[in-house]
Amino acid sequence: MENNQSYFGGIKDAVKSLLTGLGVTWREYFTPKVTEQYPENRKTVLHVASRHRGRLIMPQDAEGNNKCIACTLCEKACPNGTITIKSEMVEVDGKKKRRLVDYQYDLGECMFCQLCVNVCPQDAIKFVNEFENSTFSRDSLVLHLDKEKFEPVLPGLTDGGAEMEIGKFNTGTK
Amino acid sequence: MFDFSLITTWFDSLLRDTLGLGDFLSILIECVLVGVIILAAYAIIAIVLIFMERKVCAYFQCRLGPMRVGFWGLLQVPADVLKMLIKEIFFVDKADKLLYMIAPFLVLIGSVGAFAFLPWNKGAAVLDFNVGIFLLTAISSIGVVGVFLAGWSSNNKYSLVSAMRGAVQMISYEMSLCLCLISAVVLTGTMQLSGIVEAQGDAFGWLIFKGHIPAIIALVVFLIAGNAEANRGPFDLPEAESELTAGYHTEYSGMGFGYFYLAEYLNLFIIAGVAATVFLGGWMPLHIGVAQVDTVLDYIPGFFWFCGKTFLLVWILLWIKWTYPRLRIDQILKLEWKYLMPLALLNLVLMTVVAALGLHF
Repeated sequence: MENNQSYFGGIKDAVKSLLTGLGVTWREYFTPKVTEQYPENRKTVLHVASRHRGRLIMPQDAEGNNKCIACTLCEKACPNGTITIKSEMVEVDGKKKRRLVDYQYDLGECMFCQLCVNVCPQDAIKFVNEFENSTFSRDSLVLHLDKEKFEPVLPGLTDGGAEMEIGKFNTGTK
Repeated sequence: MFDFSLITTWFDSLLRDTLGLGDFLSILIECVLVGVIILAAYAIIAIVLIFMERKVCAYFQCRLGPMRVGFWGLLQVPADVLKMLIKEIFFVDKADKLLYMIAPFLVLIGSVGAFAFLPWNKGAAVLDFNVGIFLLTAISSIGVVGVFLAGWSSNNKYSLVSAMRGAVQMISYEMSLCLCLISAVVLTGTMQLSGIVEAQGDAFGWLIFKGHIPAIIALVVFLIAGNAEANRGPFDLPEAESELTAGYHTEYSGMGFGYFYLAEYLNLFIIAGVAATVFLGGWMPLHIGVAQVDTVLDYIPGFFWFCGKTFLLVWILLWIKWTYPRLRIDQILKLEWKYLMPLALLNLVLMTVVAALGLHF
C-alpha cells in the first residue's frame, strides 16, 4: 500500500482527498445544529423519541379501568423483581375470578428491558418517554400503577416531543 | 487613508515640547506605554481567539459550543481566564527549577516579540526594521527553545517526548516558512514590513494577485508550515492529548500553563497576521484601479482591513485544524522534507524568474 504510488501520483491523490475532507466540514459548518438546550427547551421544543423508555405506566380508560387481569406474567418476567402484584379471588356471576388489588412498580429497580410489556397478554402496561424521574428519596420511586392516572409533565412529550420545526432553544429538526 | 503616525507624532511632541521632557524620559514613557498596549492587545486577542476557536470548532462538529455563560456564551472565556488566574502555581519536586520557571517566559517572549512586528495600520507598526522579516523569523524561533526547555525540565517522560517532537517539527518547518517569506521578499525587493505593505498598494497590488502562481503557492505552503510551526492543527503532535496528556506543558499549572496556552493561540494569530501582511496586503485596502471605488475603500481604516484579513486566515486555519486527523511524526517530517521544502525551493526559483523577467502584474 505504502510504495505503489509515484511521487506525483501520491501528491495528486493527497490533494484530492484533502479537498474532499475540507468539503465535508464546510457542509457541516452550515447544517443546522443538533444541540438540545435541555432545561430551557423542556416546555417548548424538546425532542425525545416516543419509543424512548422513560418509565412504565398502566393506561386507563375514561372510567378509570385498566386492562390488567393480575396474571402476574410481568412479575415473573421481570429480571429485577421490579413488579409486585397483589390480587384477590372474587366471585362474579358464580364464576371465580382474579382481581387486581395493587400493582406496585419500583422505578428505582427497573432496568427498562421491556420484558414485562412484551409478555403482557392484555397490553395493560406500556413504557412512555417521560424521563424526568429524579426524586430526593428512593421511596418515592415506588409507584402503584393501578392507582395513578398518568399525566405527562411536559406538553406533547409522549408523542415524541415538540413540533418538527426550528425553535428558540434548538436550531435543528429531528 | 488614515495615518496612525498622526497620533504618535502628536503624542511625541506632547511629551517633548508641551511637557518639556528630555529624550530619556519621553522615550521611556513611550516605550512603557507601547509595551502596555502590546501586552493588553496580546491578552485581548487571545481571549477573542479562544472564543472563536470554541465556536468555530463547535460549528464544524454540528454543535453550538458554549451557550450558557453570558449571552451566546460570550463570558465563557473571561470566566476561564479568571479561573486560570486564581489557580495555585506549584512546582514539580524533581524538576530542573530554573529552566522549569523560565520556559513559559521564553515561549511568551518569542510570541510577543513576533506579535510586535505586525503592522496594524499605516504608521502603527511597533517594530519596523529594514530587516523586519528576517528579525521576525529569528525572534519567533525563540519559542522553540521554550517548548524544548519546558519538556526537558519537567522531568516527565511524556513532556520529554513531546518536547523532542516539538523541536523536530518546529525547526523543520521553519525552513519552508522562511523560504516562502523569501520569495515574497524577492518580489517586493524589501525586507521591511511597512515597505512590503506599501509595495502592494497598486491596483490589484496584493502579492497573491501581483505574483500570481508562485505567490499563491507560497501562501499555501506558508499556511501549512505556519500551522505546523504554531503546533496546531493536524500537526499538534507535541500536545497530542490522546498520547501525551498535554505534552510539554503537562506539569505546569495556573498561569504557567496559561502562558503556553496564550502563546499557542497568539502564534496562530501571528502566522495569519504575517501571511495577511506579506501576501494579502496587510492594512492596504483592495485597490481595483477605479479611482472612485479606491477612494471609498480607502475610507475604511487599515486596522479593519488588517484584522479582517487576519481573522479570515485564522478561520481557514481553524477549518483545516478541525478537518484533518493528527499526523504521525514520520509523516510530518516526510511532508516537510520530501514535499514542502522542495516545493518552496522550486517556488523560490520560479518567483525569482518571474521577478527578474518582469512577468508579474
